[in-house]
Amino acid sequence: MVSNRTGQIEPCDIIVFSTIRNERVRLPYFLKYYRDMGVNHFVFVDNDSDDGSREYIAGQPDASIWTTKHSYKTARFGTDWLNWLLSRYGRGHWTLTVDVDEFLVFPFSDTRPLRALTDWLDASSIPSFSAMLLDMYPKGRIDAVPYEEGQDPFEIAAWFDSGNYTISKNNRYANLWIQGGPRARTFFTQNPERAPAMNKIPLVKWDRHYTYVSSTHMLLPRILNKVYDVGGGEKASGCLLHAKFLDTFGAKAKEELKRGQHYANSHEYKAYHDAMRQDPDLWCKWSEKYINWRQLEILGLMSKGNWA
Amino acid sequence: MNNPGTVGVVMLVHEALDRAAQVARHWAASGCPVVVHVDLQVSDDDFAGFSNGLSDLPNLVFSNRHRCEWGAWSLVQASQTAAKLMLDTYPDVRHVYLASGSCLPLRPVQELVDYLDERPRTDFIESTTTQDVPWTTGGLNSERFTLRFPFSWKRHRRLFDRFVRLQRRVGYKRKMPDGLIPHLGSQWWCLTRQTLSALLEDPKRKIYENYFKWVWIPDESYYQTMVRLYSTNIESRSLTLAKFDYQGKPHTFYNDHLQLLRRSDCFVARKIWPRADRLYQAFLNTNSSNLKHTEPNPGKIDRVFSKAVERRTLGRAGLYMQSRYPVEGRENGLTASGYSVLQGFDELLLDFSPWLEKNAGVKVHGHLFSPERAEFSDGGPVYNGCLSESALVRDYNPKSFLTNLIWNARGEHQCFQFGPNDTQALNWFIAKDPNAHIHIITGAWVVPLFHSNLNFSEIRKEAARLQRIESAQLNVLRSPYVKARVQTLNMSEFVESPMEVLQTILDAIGPRNMRALSEVPKLVDLTGFGKFLQNLKNQGMHPYLMGDFPADTLGIQKPPKPRKPYLVRK
Repeated sequence: MVSNRTGQIEPCDIIVFSTIRNERVRLPYFLKYYRDMGVNHFVFVDNDSDDGSREYIAGQPDASIWTTKHSYKTARFGTDWLNWLLSRYGRGHWTLTVDVDEFLVFPFSDTRPLRALTDWLDASSIPSFSAMLLDMYPKGRIDAVPYEEGQDPFEIAAWFDSGNYTISKNNRYANLWIQGGPRARTFFTQNPERAPAMNKIPLVKWDRHYTYVSSTHMLLPRILNKVYDVGGGEKASGCLLHAKFLDTFGAKAKEELKRGQHYANSHEYKAYHDAMRQDPDLWCKWSEKYINWRQLEILGLMSKGNWA
Repeated sequence: MNNPGTVGVVMLVHEALDRAAQVARHWAASGCPVVVHVDLQVSDDDFAGFSNGLSDLPNLVFSNRHRCEWGAWSLVQASQTAAKLMLDTYPDVRHVYLASGSCLPLRPVQELVDYLDERPRTDFIESTTTQDVPWTTGGLNSERFTLRFPFSWKRHRRLFDRFVRLQRRVGYKRKMPDGLIPHLGSQWWCLTRQTLSALLEDPKRKIYENYFKWVWIPDESYYQTMVRLYSTNIESRSLTLAKFDYQGKPHTFYNDHLQLLRRSDCFVARKIWPRADRLYQAFLNTNSSNLKHTEPNPGKIDRVFSKAVERRTLGRAGLYMQSRYPVEGRENGLTASGYSVLQGFDELLLDFSPWLEKNAGVKVHGHLFSPERAEFSDGGPVYNGCLSESALVRDYNPKSFLTNLIWNARGEHQCFQFGPNDTQALNWFIAKDPNAHIHIITGAWVVPLFHSNLNFSEIRKEAARLQRIESAQLNVLRSPYVKARVQTLNMSEFVESPMEVLQTILDAIGPRNMRALSEVPKLVDLTGFGKFLQNLKNQGMHPYLMGDFPADTLGIQKPPKPRKPYLVRK
């Protein structure tokens, strides 16, 4: 099934690209969040949902959706599908490639729309914008409070790790490789090198030469990965608040483990599954409660750079 | 409204035409004659729509259009053409104000008119000699005047750069026309009819123009240099508030700048984001009933933007994150603030950490780099910032671990124990960090061995291993690259006079600990230690890091003297 409304896309529109699989309950808030931010169009790849996600999106006036029954894994975890759609519909646009549980915050995002940022990036000749993934979690059991459709997920998952991220540089693609956060601290203490990557470059002024290499962690050409300053200064950056750890997580982990469609034989989901059977509480007394982007700026997780 | 029309506004427009129209209407409706120059690159349709929308205004005309390009002479031409038209069309105009389509008047127009009426002979134009300007976009300053720039900086950067290099290599230098002294400044000026017409009507204008056509960014230098020939009264500042970033690109103002702009008391601001509805709404509907006669005061806004420049160029010391990852040597601070590395104290002094916590008022960690786990001060599995105690996680990226720990502490001085048994991966990093205070009692690691119940051959082996490690660490600390403050003394020296060393530790932590020490930690029992060292030597090891301890070879134990607490003599 295809619902193609890309004909409505205007030359200056900002477009969200996303892959989904059975995310029906998350969709209403996701769409609202990004519409309020000023996103003009949504392009989805649906990987064989059977919970009504597809039909729901097909009913949205500003969204297009493509469906595939093919393997997520052989499509390099969805990256191939997205690259295809990006090159087709993203060219010349500011594109934001996010999962439905990723919510962008950027400097001044409470007072300025996304267009203010992209205009500024345009004026500064900056083609890509970094937004590190920030795992958010509730206090108490992950499954204690059920997530209601349309609800702000961060009413439940309001907490995050503020200062345990490790960085190294990936010389092959010139990107930074960031790990850490609650997953590294709880699920990966025995094999920290396997902790998931938190570096993301989701906002890109797309060009036909561009391509995402692995999820949104890095791109080609390499210049797009140089979202960090090497001379001591700070470039502007944001965060992707990650609403993964809600009550929906247990079921998701189980399903994904069964499908075995994730990176490195889904070792990540194996680790989650094991941990979830014990005591799935990511909160600790040093957890930070989310307030706003300024707090993230002060904590050094993101930066205004020279945007003022 | 009693605007006599003495202030004319020349507007250069090239984008966001709806906003430009709104502002042009505002100027004209407030009684200021307006001449609009629209970039030739604006399509005919757009221009027609724009000019039709303003056709009802009797005191607004359009000038001939030039194709304008950033940094090129055409921008000066545009303002010349429009200014000439202004002087010719509106004989009452005494001051001509150059503005752009993205400029926004912040105060009632009448206040600007009054302000200029009180200063009828003053030219407001920022005009500084090249030696005195702080901005050097593209690394060019005085060379703007001495080289030629036929290539566009924005469209043909490579050609531009190459041509500059070529001219430098062959030593090409243009000669300035006689009588001119190069000056630079903001391109947004407000000049009197007298000055402007003198400039436009000068018989030598062609000569000057031929020169400035090849100067780089002439809109920042042509008027700024020329006024020095004609003006009798230059006030070297722009009445337009325009802030520039570290690359010379103008900052944009948004809705959330409303209060800052309002309090600045500047007449005009640039650039305004075209979609900043609230700014346009607020400032184009200013109530002109109670007029203020205050001087512009952009100080506060200056600070906001200079902080942005600082953040972009220097960043926050000791922060490593997704958009700040300095290469070695460019860190501008390896860590965020001071910390103390304490080696050997834990082994030699009883209850050293609680004593230090009490006397220095700081948290003291155990061996953060111990092979088992990071021993955080509160003994917990996680610490400030959610750092994990896991040794594997820590050793996966020890530098991140340390810099995170210091950053997370927000300036609170961190202290931790260290020793040859711990991960040595950061020896160089810490040695090169000026924030590090390293206090070492060499050889103290042998004390736990001395007290242990191991077989002597094992003790000997372990002692040799630890001595090798500590010795390698000391070698690092002797390097000329060391920036840390390092204090090393051997065990016997410390046992001689522990007070001084402890005082140094406290001094390093902070000035509030200047009071004299009233209680000090007790030394561990070292009875028989000399003999122990001698035994190591007898086994063929050479324990040299401890210093000299006489071996009580006779085996006679003196009755243990009850140790008195040390007291400070001051």
